[in-house]
This record gives sequence, C-alpha cells and structure tokens, in this order.
Amino acid sequence: MIEDFRDLTGLQLDALKEIGNIGAGNAATALAVMTGDRIDMSVPRVGILPFDKVAELVGGPDTQVVAIYFQVTGAANCNIMFILSIEKAVLLAELLMGVPPGDKKTLGNMELSAVAEAGNIISSTYLNALAMFTQMTLIPSPPAVGIDMAGALLDGVLALYGEVGDYVLVLENKFRKGDLDVIGHLFLLPEPEALDRILNALGVNF
Amino acid sequence: MVRAPDRLITAGLGSCIGICLLDKVAKIGGMAHIMLPSSEKARANQNRAKFADTAIEDMIALMVKMGASPKRITAKIAGGAQMFNIGSSDVMKIGERNSKAVVECLAKNGIPILAQDTGGNYGRTIIFDTASGELLIRTIGLGERVI
Repeated sequence: MIEDFRDLTGLQLDALKEIGNIGAGNAATALAVMTGDRIDMSVPRVGILPFDKVAELVGGPDTQVVAIYFQVTGAANCNIMFILSIEKAVLLAELLMGVPPGDKKTLGNMELSAVAEAGNIISSTYLNALAMFTQMTLIPSPPAVGIDMAGALLDGVLALYGEVGDYVLVLENKFRKGDLDVIGHLFLLPEPEALDRILNALGVNF
Repeated sequence: MVRAPDRLITAGLGSCIGICLLDKVAKIGGMAHIMLPSSEKARANQNRAKFADTAIEDMIALMVKMGASPKRITAKIAGGAQMFNIGSSDVMKIGERNSKAVVECLAKNGIPILAQDTGGNYGRTIIFDTASGELLIRTIGLGERVI
C-alpha cells in the first residue's frame, strides 16, 4: 500500500500530472466563461515536498497569502488548498477583471471574490477530472477562504498528515494572459488510504 | 538549543505551537515548533520534534546536556489557533488539542508556563530572546506584542 508520497513512481506521478493538465484545461475554459476573455492555464510542475518546504513555494511561512481550502469526502478523503501570495493574488485579480497590471494595489473585497472564485474553479475542475478518471464520487465542501501567514494557513491542514508522513503532493498552476504570468499553487493532500485508492482507480498502482 | 544572547525564531504558526524553554541562570534556551499533540499513534522513525510530548522531552534532555537544570527551566508558548472554520470534528480543532497537550506535558515535566498567547484565528511569528526571556509575537493585522 502506498502511504508515503515518496514511494510514487514516475509513472504514477505522470498520471497525477495528467489529471492536473486536464483539470487545468477545464479550468481555463471555465475562467474564459467567467471573464469573457481567454486565460491560459497549465500545470507546469508536479512535485512531492516535505512539509517544511511547502510554505517556501509561496514565499515563506510568514508571507501573507490568500488560501482557499476545501475538504473533500466521498470515495477518497482529500484536502485541496489553492494558495497565492498577496501580490500574486492582486495580479490574478487584475487578470481576471481585465484591468492593466499595476492598476490595483490591494486586495479589496471584489478582488478577493475574483480570486476565491478562480480558486473554486481550479479546485473543482481538478476534482472533476480526478473523479472522471477514477470513477470515484468526490464531494467538495464549500470553500473556506483565509488571508494570513502561509505557514499558519498550511499548519492545521498539514497536521492531519503529520501522523502518517512528512510529504505532500503539490501541483503548480500557471495562469497566463498575453505577457502576464501568475503562478498559483494547488496542494492536493489525500489522506493515506485515499492515495492508494486513487492510484488503484487510475490503474497505476503496482 | 542555544545559549544567550541568541534569539530563536519560528514563523507562520497556525495551529502549531511554538514552545520556548529557558534556564535563565545557565543562560540556555530552546524552541520547538510542534504540529501534533501526541506521538502515540505515530509510526516509528517519525520526526519527534513534531509532537508535543516527544519534543518537550527531547528539548529538556538537550538543555540538561548543555548544562541546564530541569528545576530552573521555564516556558512560554504561542500558537494553537484555528485558522479555518470548516468542520466541527475533533480533528479540525487541532490548535486547541495542541494547546492542551503542551500545557499538560509541561506540567508533567514540572515546567511552569510564565506566559502564553494561544488560540484565536490568526497566524503568529515568534522571536524568543534567550537573554531577556522575552517572547515577541508578530501578527498580520493585529500588531505585535511581547509576553
């Protein structure tokens, strides 16, 4: 039984990345509908990271970030968190709202709404892709939005995994419109038996 | 584990707790960043520093090895917040469970808690000054305080 992410083979990681790609494709479509404009999305990287490196991806444990968190239940219990630093969140909001970059200085309610919606879309489309490939029923909770230190927001969720392992799966998502790139991170944290079930369902559990 | 006047820092504490121990006379201090209340259900070869019970034990042992006296060690703690309000199951109230476990373990080891800043729903970064024994707590949006 696979319990530790580090035991994943290249093939298994590829399978998870492929799901990320499909999820990203669907998300791009959804974002286009939402903004009336075309925004490209891709999954440039998939990685397995130790807990204490996760916060570094978004600028460090005391960097102020926006985090959108879902608990997923059903055939496999997972946690999904979409995280962006405040600066990137502002850029993303500008991208989504169709205003020139640098136009906005802070993350007001409207901007936060746009970012939360993007987070919601990415997480849901990723989940849909996963559900489609695995034929598993996966039910997301309503999103919880947090704006605070990255380490603090990641803490409680990572603690759920502290009892069984020290590593998590990370998918990086890149949003692009024209010249502007924004990178947001989607963290997928399946509970241990869940990872096994997902890999089985994908047909890559050896 | 350090000797005064070194300062110890840990950033982005959410539900985790920063445990700062100090033997002011011997001028030896330590800080642990724990994620979970107990190592009971953990697998073997897990990182002991993540759990309240084993982290506290190990810190005391290390400090004593450096020359501290267990009877003189005091503690200050911070963290244990509940960042998201999803779910009412026990598992999600990890901040509270961590606080309880830390307070209990310190009591069990005879270490008095001089000050604590726990709970709430905000992140904390803490800096422990082993010379003065002061614990500086920084937040985003709620300013700083020293305990």
